[in-house]
Amino acid sequence: MGEDKVPLSSRKFDERLRAAQDRQREVERGPSRRAGISGSALGFAFRIGVELVSALVVGVGIGWLLDYWLGTQPWLLLLFFVFGAAAGIMNVYRAVEQMGNAGNGDAEGGK
Amino acid sequence: MASPLEQFEIKPIVPIEIGGLDMSFTNSALWMTIAVVVITAFLVGGVSRRAVVPGRWQSAAEMSYEFIAGMIRDNVGPEGRQYFPFVFSLFMFILLGNLLGLIPYSFTFTSHIIVTFALALIVFVLVTAVGLIRHGMHFFTYFVPSGVPGWMAPIIAPIEVISYLSRLISLPVRLFANMMAGHTMLKVFAGFTVALGVLGGWAPLLINVALTGFEVLVAVLQAYVFTILTCLYLHDAIHLH
Repeated sequence: MGEDKVPLSSRKFDERLRAAQDRQREVERGPSRRAGISGSALGFAFRIGVELVSALVVGVGIGWLLDYWLGTQPWLLLLFFVFGAAAGIMNVYRAVEQMGNAGNGDAEGGK
Repeated sequence: MASPLEQFEIKPIVPIEIGGLDMSFTNSALWMTIAVVVITAFLVGGVSRRAVVPGRWQSAAEMSYEFIAGMIRDNVGPEGRQYFPFVFSLFMFILLGNLLGLIPYSFTFTSHIIVTFALALIVFVLVTAVGLIRHGMHFFTYFVPSGVPGWMAPIIAPIEVISYLSRLISLPVRLFANMMAGHTMLKVFAGFTVALGVLGGWAPLLINVALTGFEVLVAVLQAYVFTILTCLYLHDAIHLH
């Protein structure tokens, strides 16, 4: 009786294992459900502000450093200020895009 | 009255100096060590029983694992699984740093920009390395998205590079500013409580109770935001938009 039981339960286990693995793979392949960033409105506003300012800081920093090395004050600083501002706006656009995806609940996990 | 900024002071506990560099074991380092010890105890203790039906502790440990595993699956995809150890360690370290900092008389190491900047630098270098190793020189097409006309590339490329580099600032500043502002606010209202005395001190005390609850939310949320942004950056590096 005991001898009989062991192969039966191990076969069952194999079946269950395969089923579980299939399910797991399905979950992995399946579309993502909760993507993006959620949070309070204040936190989101803060995030947008940081995105905008950080790009501006990097742009101005690069411009200032290049000017310092090449001795072309103040032209590269002005140019990279504009680049930084554009990058900041692009950062904000991307952040809001993610937020929109998260809100709709049908995000495809980015592009 | 004590300054509300006094809590951020770094104090050496064991002074160590190597080659003119101050490498003392500070209160900041002490709380980092405590965070690592607590995480290790939490996870090792949680899975030591390995019950099929988990108890509360094992359940909590498994939930933290599944939370990050799910986050990576949803935001990075199946390829992201190999980065799980890194993302999980990062999340737990920041989370514990934020939460341990809420204990009175403790020290919040995530309220120092150099700590959060170092963490962001690790993420930045890793993400860039992953992109370069996976795609080689092809990685640099990330900065010139497909469909951009040739004459626009000299304008788009610097903007994209700046946008990419700005992660190195926005990621640490967000965490550090939230933690520092929150903790300063707590101490300011605590100072009001003392200053207004027995009669008027109740109002700021009530606000402080509410703020402490809010700070717990911020602590968890900022650890989450830092981690999910790491996941999104990894996704970008693996899939190049």
